[in-house]
Amino acid sequence: MNLDSMSDILSAARQEGKAFWEIVLETDMKNRGVSRMDSLHKMAEAWHAMREASQVYTGERRSVSGLVGGQGKLMRDYASEKTPIGGDFVAQVIAEALSMGESNACMRRIVAAPTAGACGVLPAVLIPLYWQDNLTEEQMLEALFTASGIGAVIAYRACISGAAGGCQAEIGSASAMAAGALVYLRKGTETQMCHAVAMALKNLLGLVCDPVAGLVEVPCVKRNVIGAVNAITAADMALAGIESCIPVDEVIDAMGEVGRRLPVEFRETALGGLAATPTGKAVKKNLHGGRKKRTLTIKDARWKLEKSESGEVVLSAPGAT
Amino acid sequence: MIDIFDIMGPIMVGPSSSHTAGAVRIGRMARTLLGDTPVKAAIHLHGSFATTGVGHGTDKALVAGLLGMPPDDLDIPLSFDIAAEKGLKFTFDEIDLRDAHPNSVRMELTGENSRRLSIQACSTGGGRILVTRLDGIHVSFTGDYHTLIIENMDNRGNLADVTTALALAGVNVANMSMNRSSKGGNAMMIIETDDPVPDYIVQLIERQPGILQVIHYRRES
Repeated sequence: MNLDSMSDILSAARQEGKAFWEIVLETDMKNRGVSRMDSLHKMAEAWHAMREASQVYTGERRSVSGLVGGQGKLMRDYASEKTPIGGDFVAQVIAEALSMGESNACMRRIVAAPTAGACGVLPAVLIPLYWQDNLTEEQMLEALFTASGIGAVIAYRACISGAAGGCQAEIGSASAMAAGALVYLRKGTETQMCHAVAMALKNLLGLVCDPVAGLVEVPCVKRNVIGAVNAITAADMALAGIESCIPVDEVIDAMGEVGRRLPVEFRETALGGLAATPTGKAVKKNLHGGRKKRTLTIKDARWKLEKSESGEVVLSAPGAT
Repeated sequence: MIDIFDIMGPIMVGPSSSHTAGAVRIGRMARTLLGDTPVKAAIHLHGSFATTGVGHGTDKALVAGLLGMPPDDLDIPLSFDIAAEKGLKFTFDEIDLRDAHPNSVRMELTGENSRRLSIQACSTGGGRILVTRLDGIHVSFTGDYHTLIIENMDNRGNLADVTTALALAGVNVANMSMNRSSKGGNAMMIIETDDPVPDYIVQLIERQPGILQVIHYRRES
């Protein structure tokens, strides 16, 4: 089975009397030549890594540039001390998405799903639902196989990298995967699952990738929040019986087309959008200032390169700030 | 065919699969290909690795890989300190490699047993890598397969010796290439296989006339 069309996987599942996730699992077994246990075990590693990343988050770390860090902690505190507008569950989802995106920016261990920049979306909806609905580990793995199958179809028909298709391909794909997983966990039908995927992706169509200074920090960390919350809304709509007018495979194709036609400035090059705002440029200039100064040292003997205690090479110079 | 664990994964230290996880894998691959514990590394960053590398931890990731760390090792951010402890000296600078992938790096390595290697590789996305040059010779392999890297003299019959040895061991070749620096100079055979090559076959190939060095890279699952 090639994971290249949602409708093909669905009809194969119906024909064989299996669930969508089982078809994905069996495809993995065949592709990698591994046993059912091996495949389940590898997915369990991903699930455990997501949970561990959430548990070890403290909010104390800052990213290399200093732009990101502590937002997840602020949201966790707000969720436990105040009355969040969107209710407790959504507040937890927001906090989880921020924590995970931040952990990624701060060089902690995460699961790229489908990319490192979008690593917060799936755990942000899955972890709170796991606790709220008292779900089993087995169900979580099945949901992750469901999400992986959806992601594989998107990767085949469109793309999942910001450089190829903009943020819609990263956060949009993650959101679609999460929406499908949520419908599965709430025992929706597979048709509803497809509608949820279609609606989640449709609602983020056209989102550009415009990272400030080219770093996976601004706006990436907070975009994980919209990916997660969007997944909840799409899943709830689908479970309510609301359908996507455009079938899921066609929506995925449309995302690919929009991605290909996005100007290069909006595909991770940091040349457009937020990266090209006066503030975005100033951030970049500050970050890269140090690099230029280092080159100067060679020509100007008054400039000195010194090794700090942490082993990093630091520049000291007359009047340097 | 898409591996679903490229979608749900890799499990990695952030922030970027191409600039961090891929960079760790390049360092790790370089360490394997050196066949020695690196003690000196001159690291030249090209393109996006040079411009956004520091913000993405590409520098720390490459050094972590040279120290043998996997892409999900939480010590990656501390790799400079660990390198100092373990006696790995490294330097970084920028380089303009013509016609290279934007996420490329070239490294000159020296090992504790004085082995030397010049390697150029790029990070192609999602943590995947491509080695493009070894000791100045064009190559192309990803580490997605078990790989034999064979340096040999540009002689008649070397390739036949190698493939015969593999056939004897029942090893199926998935992809292969051979490039040479110049006619009569050194050549590099890259053979990607579905099954790992048994050690005795690696040793057998090493003993063939005209074969200078054999390195066997075992795929990481």
